[in-house]
Amino acid sequence: MSTGLWLRLLDGLLVTLELTVFGAAIGLVFAFAAGLARLSPNRVLRGVALAYTEGFRGLPALVVLFWLVFALPGLGLQLEPLFAGVLALSLNIGAYGAEVVRGAVVSVPTAQLEAATALNFTPWQRMRLVVLPQALVAMVPPFGNLLVELLKATALVSLVYLQDLTFQGQIVRAATGDTAATFAGLLVGYGVIALVLTRLVKLVERRAAASLGHTTRPRAVEGAR
Amino acid sequence: MTFDWQAAWGAAPALLRGLATALQAAALGYVIALVLGLGFALLRRSGRRWVRLPVAFFVEFVRSTPLLVQLFFLFFVLPTVGIELSAMATGAIGLGVHYATYTSEVYRAGIDGVPAGQWEAAKALSLSRGRTWTRVVLPQAVPRVVPALGNYAIALFKDTPQLTVITIAEVLSVVKAVGSQNFQYLELITVAGVLYLITALVIAWPVRVLERRYRRESA
Repeated sequence: MSTGLWLRLLDGLLVTLELTVFGAAIGLVFAFAAGLARLSPNRVLRGVALAYTEGFRGLPALVVLFWLVFALPGLGLQLEPLFAGVLALSLNIGAYGAEVVRGAVVSVPTAQLEAATALNFTPWQRMRLVVLPQALVAMVPPFGNLLVELLKATALVSLVYLQDLTFQGQIVRAATGDTAATFAGLLVGYGVIALVLTRLVKLVERRAAASLGHTTRPRAVEGAR
Repeated sequence: MTFDWQAAWGAAPALLRGLATALQAAALGYVIALVLGLGFALLRRSGRRWVRLPVAFFVEFVRSTPLLVQLFFLFFVLPTVGIELSAMATGAIGLGVHYATYTSEVYRAGIDGVPAGQWEAAKALSLSRGRTWTRVVLPQAVPRVVPALGNYAIALFKDTPQLTVITIAEVLSVVKAVGSQNFQYLELITVAGVLYLITALVIAWPVRVLERRYRRESA
């Protein structure tokens, strides 16, 4: 395989990582906005958030992507391709993330909320100082799973001609004619990225648990320390 | 340019035929996922390391790589090693194997949830291994994970648009075929989206009912 083709794969890898990172960042914003709105006392906010989460969990990510890229121009709006990709991916993953946020907030024990009320905390103080520090820790593992789902979903953008790892893989396949090796190589590539992401999330997980004074795993007694 | 209702209505029959094809692929794939997933879950509990470890590796690998690339791999590589399958069979296998890696985790959680006392009781009654599994463990493990398995039916159905890359005439393939003639992508993709949404909600309905029923029982 020539250097040019390797460089193509490297370009594709960068686009894939870009989509994953931006998709995750914007997806987090959607997740928190919708997840907290689902718990709001305001009925309109709750309704909008419910429509968003149920809607985007019922729509295939690829269809959302096609809609943004091929249908939206029909309404006179042409998005930058990379932006359309990030938007479709983050709307999709944000809807799942919203359920994670909601679940984590709800899982904080009621006694904690009562204690905050007893201490005369405002609702905002209660959320910021009592609920979120505990809920955030509970969110890390499921968010880690969603991150791998997001990475996998980035491959869809190759179908709207964004030049990600999968797209460049198709070029390499056409150039070399070695179908089996190219697709196997692509799969290994994604597998390795997923492994790295999973490891990073595990690090964050341990840190987060430690911030609450928990250890993820009870340590065996190792002599006098 | 505005939304052309006439075009949307006119494309509906073709899109519905695409939906039927998508549902067929999803149903076949789901059956494979349910059966194979249980197989994976059982093999991962095997006492033999050379069985347990390769299965665990395969499951983790398939679950962390894109279905799209797996479909390409199956569709283009299988024929080169002499396995000639129809596009529908390839698609069902692709979806089935991919989701088997998810259902195997669900089964595993269900099996782990069976109290140790049940195993001990089976042993005390000197039931064979096969009978322990089929009469004691699985009848307790599987029903409680039915809602979780149902959620993967919805997820699997939502991945069917990707089958367009292996020439299956599902909804998105219809969109592309009709759209290349009349260029009314706005109407086509919007109607397709509505169809997916309705179908996903219809599949979700019994799953939600089961979820609620289980939650009530366990409460």
